[in-house]
Amino acid sequence: MPGEQPFGSGNIKPLFQKSESLTLRLLLLGALSIALIILDHHQHQLNHLRSALSVAVYPVQVAVNTPFQVAHWADAELSSRQRLLRANRELRAQSLQLQSRLQRMQSLEAENAHLRALLGSARQLPARVVVAQIMRVDLDPYRHEVTLNRGTRQGVHTGEALIDSHGIMGQVIHAGPLTSKALLITDPSHSIPVEDVRNGLRSIARGDGDTNTLSLPYIPNNADIKTGDLLVSSGLGGRFPRGYPVGRVSRVVRNPHNRFAKVTAVPLAHLDRSREVLVITRKPAAHPVPPGSGKKAGTTGSGNPGGKS
Amino acid sequence: MAGPRPGLAVIWVTFFVALCLTLLPLPGWAEPLRPEWVLLALIYWSMALPHRVGLGTAWILGLLVDVAKGAVLGQHALCMTFTVYIVLRTYLRVRNFPVWQQSAVIAVLLTVYESLIFMLDGFLGHALPAWHWPAIITGAMVWPVVFSLLRGLRRRYQVA
Repeated sequence: MPGEQPFGSGNIKPLFQKSESLTLRLLLLGALSIALIILDHHQHQLNHLRSALSVAVYPVQVAVNTPFQVAHWADAELSSRQRLLRANRELRAQSLQLQSRLQRMQSLEAENAHLRALLGSARQLPARVVVAQIMRVDLDPYRHEVTLNRGTRQGVHTGEALIDSHGIMGQVIHAGPLTSKALLITDPSHSIPVEDVRNGLRSIARGDGDTNTLSLPYIPNNADIKTGDLLVSSGLGGRFPRGYPVGRVSRVVRNPHNRFAKVTAVPLAHLDRSREVLVITRKPAAHPVPPGSGKKAGTTGSGNPGGKS
Repeated sequence: MAGPRPGLAVIWVTFFVALCLTLLPLPGWAEPLRPEWVLLALIYWSMALPHRVGLGTAWILGLLVDVAKGAVLGQHALCMTFTVYIVLRTYLRVRNFPVWQQSAVIAVLLTVYESLIFMLDGFLGHALPAWHWPAIITGAMVWPVVFSLLRGLRRRYQVA
């Protein structure tokens, strides 16, 4: 701006030149930003750039996450013997229960494989899981996303499903080398194909922007669906594995004036409480983590994705 | 950034801390009140050392904020670059204002920034209620603290 009159007259010239090149640089960087926005928003072509930058941001995320991890550790280290004993007892009881269920499950699985063989249909691939932790870093409050502390180096890839010990939480939308971002099923832009366990009714559950509701907008008024029905992933669309619990129907409102009933469900996964989560991977890790290198790192073997939590 | 220049580390440490504060988990009610720490640090440094911290720095930091917050790449970069451009156009006057008056200018700058973010959000079709106007007020309120803290750092480590 030539309107500025600095005190020393010797200053004027360099200032003037600078302001010219300043505008030029603004236009340049502005055009570059807009190009980035368009490429990223419409074509999703910038995954490499995002991965590279996510490595640059990693130290910040670790710095923010560390105090919480230390607090977690200190809590575990300093907890009383009584409490540990009690927790141990409870876990033993739970493990016993789960084992008895697992026994039944194994026989069912064998039977299922046998029946599938008889039918000649494709066998389901055994799922592999990566145990990950949700990093305590805040993202945009209006989007339901979380950051995981595992990336492509540990075998997490874009598009894979994220579950906790209660149900499906979401899917990985971007996997960087060290961290990845996942979209939760309650994000307004997220939909997941589901089916009703009671009768196999298929539908789509959409996020509502609220961590405690899913809506099922495409259920006809006369469909057989009731409050309390369990919804599991149907596996249609190929993104989510089949048969994991998603939600429980909490409300069904039928209005004869509308074509579709108003059905809402409560997600079963503890979306705002879980810390340790599992990513169901399709490919093995690019660089398998050697056992014992980290206390929670590692790809567990095939079979029971619900085994750890 | 070619060659070792005095205090480069100091500047980037403050940016690192600002990024940490941006990602620090807050309880839900405090979330809209979180000031734009990175932008405040950027405004301070570009006002104090306009020959060293300028549009390029703003753009790179904006990209880092984009990735850290999971926004569309380029959104914060564009808005921060533009805000810093206004600072670079006016710093000769604003630098000599008393701090409370600077706070008022900061409020205007933050309003420009938040409106730009809001407009881009609307343009990209994101969920609506993202206009964080409380962040403008808290940002202007913490400015005197940010200012004296960063000025103290700058004088102590003689960043010039």
